[in-house]
Amino acid sequence: MLKDVTFGQYFPGNSLLHKADARFKVLILIEYIVIVLLANSAYAVGLGLLLTAFLMVFSGVKIRLLLKSVKPLIFVLVFTCLINLFLTRGSGAPLVDWSFIKIYKEGVRNAIAMLIRLLSLVLGTSVLISFTTSPLELTDALESLLSPLKKIKVPVHEFAMMMSIALRFIPTLIEETNKIISAQKARCADFDSGNIFKKLKAMVPILIPLFVSAVRRAEELADAMECRCYHGGKGRTKLNVMHAKLRDYIFLLAVTAIIAGVVVLNRYDASFIKNLIKDLVF
Amino acid sequence: MNAIELKNVSVVYGEGTPFKKIALNNINTCFPQGTVTGIIGHTGSGKSTLASLLNGLLKPTSGEVLLFDKSIWEKPKEMVQIRSQVGLVFQYPEYQLFDETVEADIAFGPRNLKLPQEEIDKRVKLAAEFCGITERDLKRSPFELSGGQKRRAAIAGVLAMQPKVLVLDEPAAGLDPKGREEILGGLIEYKNTYGATLIIISHSMEDVAKYADNILVMNNGEIYMQGAVEEIFLQAERLFDANLDVPQITKLFIELKKRGLCESSDIYTLGYAKKVIEKLLG
Repeated sequence: MLKDVTFGQYFPGNSLLHKADARFKVLILIEYIVIVLLANSAYAVGLGLLLTAFLMVFSGVKIRLLLKSVKPLIFVLVFTCLINLFLTRGSGAPLVDWSFIKIYKEGVRNAIAMLIRLLSLVLGTSVLISFTTSPLELTDALESLLSPLKKIKVPVHEFAMMMSIALRFIPTLIEETNKIISAQKARCADFDSGNIFKKLKAMVPILIPLFVSAVRRAEELADAMECRCYHGGKGRTKLNVMHAKLRDYIFLLAVTAIIAGVVVLNRYDASFIKNLIKDLVF
Repeated sequence: MNAIELKNVSVVYGEGTPFKKIALNNINTCFPQGTVTGIIGHTGSGKSTLASLLNGLLKPTSGEVLLFDKSIWEKPKEMVQIRSQVGLVFQYPEYQLFDETVEADIAFGPRNLKLPQEEIDKRVKLAAEFCGITERDLKRSPFELSGGQKRRAAIAGVLAMQPKVLVLDEPAAGLDPKGREEILGGLIEYKNTYGATLIIISHSMEDVAKYADNILVMNNGEIYMQGAVEEIFLQAERLFDANLDVPQITKLFIELKKRGLCESSDIYTLGYAKKVIEKLLG
């Protein structure tokens, strides 16, 4: 049942985004989120969409896979759209006025804006981080970006290590869960009938073995790490040292410039642009 | 009479995707009532897939699974009935234990069958006896037991449902010789008491030779050989071709035959080998 989830899965590849420095990708993701949330006017949203399209192309991930990653979210998307569409009260006359349903121009606008925002957030995060950055790169990047916090005694390395271990064990635990479910089903366990409390109670024979084996795995892993002389982050060197290249700086600057662009475009509406072009041309 | 019969059974994973994999290809076989069948085969040959077909945990892509001449998929809603008749013990079943005491854990299956309390108590006692679990251990937590004892408790949990067919995936893997003998001996005793049918998946040719009546050899999702134990181990060459083995004692006699020291090589148990050697020595 947990097999077809592509959201949050890494696809190895050799695209521009795959090759980009993971630390820069994290920074760019933050900028990207700012852009998506900041964009308000039609032109600004358009600029954001253009950036999203560029990122999708640069990631080299097949469009079909991207759409598949959106699929589990369809319900959320449709729901948010409908809520915005029906519950926004506008100032002018409603577009549709049929018994209790009233749809205003502002509602349509909000629904579309919300849809674009949510889709952009999912697609952007997918292509920037999850599809093109291996979990190992990601935790290394976070460790490196947060390393200034070490000065105030925040255990950054330990957090990064915990995160990479957690990511590493997700597939293992899914497999384990499926095995335990099968084993309990073979003992005639019934997970599907009864009310909510009965169903929750039916989970006990799955959860207890799962916790027990998770704890056992943790102990074994701790032993194995100690056997290989792991002693925390101090003085630890990396196999793959991250090197920022010129193109990473250019990438970051370009996206920063887009933030500025969005701020400007938000400020002024369509007529201003027309005038600006007129001024420039004539 | 056949306890279980498979007719043209195929299992295909990921049909219609690039990851399509044929796990089982057109399997035709039967397991006569009251016999012990050993299933041998390389890792990934489809043994475990075959096992989960037998109690309806997995639905075949095509073909039929018959339990006492009735298709088990006829009434999918009554699958609990099928699962109580076909007990399936997975590999490393000790990881499915969850209840407070061994006794309660063994009772999980019968409880799911909604049997009266007296009947449950009776069955738990019997199952514990077959698996060599002492009265004292029944009151302990399953997590306090040793590895071998946990294994016994888990097998007892399936035996307590008193299945007519018992399928075990590597029941003795990772146990010491004494533990192996006790567990497998207990299962044979159960079979003889109830006239049950045993299907044991194993990597140990010695165990198969000692306990099985028939052998089913799987290779690449297909039945490679099937027949009585002596027929199969006579064709040692074919087994070697599938990267499988014969019992060590059979190997010895193959070598003796090559050197002209004895006439037959269809010897696969120690007791018989001893007799033959004594006869040869005069």
